[in-house]
Amino acid sequence: MDLSAAPADMPSQHGAPVYELTHVSKTYARNQVVALEDVSLTLRHGSFSSVIGSSGCGKSTLLKIMAGLIPPSTGRVVLQDRPVRGPRRDIGMMFQQATLFPWRTTVENIVLPIEIRDGRAAAEKAKARAHDLLEVVGLSGFENVYPNELSGGMAQRASICRMLITEPAVLLLDEPFSALDELSRDMMNMELQRICNEKDATAFLVTHSIPEAVILSDDIYVMKPRPGRLAEIVTVDLPRPRTLEMMTTPKFGEIVAYIRGLLDREAEL
Amino acid sequence: MTDVNVAPARDDSEDTVWVEEVSFIDRVPRSVSMIFVFVVFIALWQLTHALALVSPIILPSPGETFGDMLFVGHNLLTGGYMLPALWITILEVIYGFALAIAIGFSLGVLVGETAFGERAIMPYLVAIDTMPKVAFAPLFVAWLGFGIESKVALAAFIATFPIVVGTAAGLHAADENARMLFKTMGASRMQTLIKMKLPAGLPQIFTGLKIGAVGVMAGAITGEFLGGGKGFGELIRVAASQLNTPRVFSLILYLSLVGLTLYALVTFAQRKIVFWHKERVGVSEH
Repeated sequence: MDLSAAPADMPSQHGAPVYELTHVSKTYARNQVVALEDVSLTLRHGSFSSVIGSSGCGKSTLLKIMAGLIPPSTGRVVLQDRPVRGPRRDIGMMFQQATLFPWRTTVENIVLPIEIRDGRAAAEKAKARAHDLLEVVGLSGFENVYPNELSGGMAQRASICRMLITEPAVLLLDEPFSALDELSRDMMNMELQRICNEKDATAFLVTHSIPEAVILSDDIYVMKPRPGRLAEIVTVDLPRPRTLEMMTTPKFGEIVAYIRGLLDREAEL
Repeated sequence: MTDVNVAPARDDSEDTVWVEEVSFIDRVPRSVSMIFVFVVFIALWQLTHALALVSPIILPSPGETFGDMLFVGHNLLTGGYMLPALWITILEVIYGFALAIAIGFSLGVLVGETAFGERAIMPYLVAIDTMPKVAFAPLFVAWLGFGIESKVALAAFIATFPIVVGTAAGLHAADENARMLFKTMGASRMQTLIKMKLPAGLPQIFTGLKIGAVGVMAGAITGEFLGGGKGFGELIRVAASQLNTPRVFSLILYLSLVGLTLYALVTFAQRKIVFWHKERVGVSEH
């Protein structure tokens, strides 16, 4: 079956490698727990990858390492030919919660990463770019609105802008829409696809939802727990752009069922 | 097709309008309820007095008290001898509160932001906080004399702790996501404190300030009771020693105006500064 696993060193066809992890392991010194064992992955330019697995499979550890928040115990973590040794401006990150600060207007929230890294003057200049980004996500006219007045979906749109303002090379998405209701979530996923396409972004999504992973991704990294490791890389060869209607096709169902099978098998162990 | 779809609507002639029950208290304006309680209170007071349930020396009549309030009010407005006394107490409150804010905020940041402060200093602050702080008044008098300084010290001493606790708690108010976000942005510790932790903690900090504002008043008056001086507390003490209870009552009421004003000022500042904290009721149509 062509949806089955591709070898780890041969993911779907895209641009040059942007982010490369080689034999990355993480053991927490505190309790000697092996959170991550020998993970290797390559994110190619313009590709969308997801990681999926039950809780405790090490996906949040993986994401923290990729975000430069914690160091790996062994292995190489290289973004754009430079090893990741801490947070970097070419890493954009988005969380489950929009985490907009209520004392800042929408546009002030969006330029916050610039303000932190380059100071107030630079942030002031970046407001023009923030305006363009708000247009991309369909939030024009909300520049000077405080986050209290934004809906959950609108807040996440704004936080997409905040992630994009530094023009990162890779987008790390930690279950970005899981706090939204299902209808908004589907819509935001399609928006995300459109934005990633428009910006030619390289994205890496952590999710609990198999359909979400399938509809968005080129490659899905399925992880197993105890110790956290890669079980399989599933390549999704549904055509782009993806639509919500594709979720009703037999092919989509097949891929979802296949991944569910992988996760169930691991659950029995 | 179901019955619901085909059956003709019965009795089209009448709208489905019925009266929703609204409890009595919801229909009465707040001011009316407050006046009601006030009137009942005064009536009970008058009744107690009329039936001579309590000796009039201990409990004056509402009328006597009101008469004395007019007297004190006249004295204050015309710059009588009570005005300097009131001014002294107000100064004690202002200085005490300012001192409490300065010390309380600094200690709060130390305790809330640094591991050293949390582990090594906080236990001592908790220990001191559990002591009856009023008992320190004689010490302050011994150290600082009978002037305004000893009262300011006691007022500040009492008001500092809630501000410390409010500030320290406020600095922990920001959620995990916000911290993570600041980390990913490569923010320095100072930036994280100024741009995230402090603003996120403002609601708690203001709660501490409000409790402190109440404490500072109690501290100033207690200081005057125990350490003499020329403040309003001294007037109360003298009136009480002369069993002039109407005067005691009216002085307390005027004093409470000072406390209310301070509290109102803090609340006003909170509304202006922490404008986002209160739930917005009327979200405008976009």
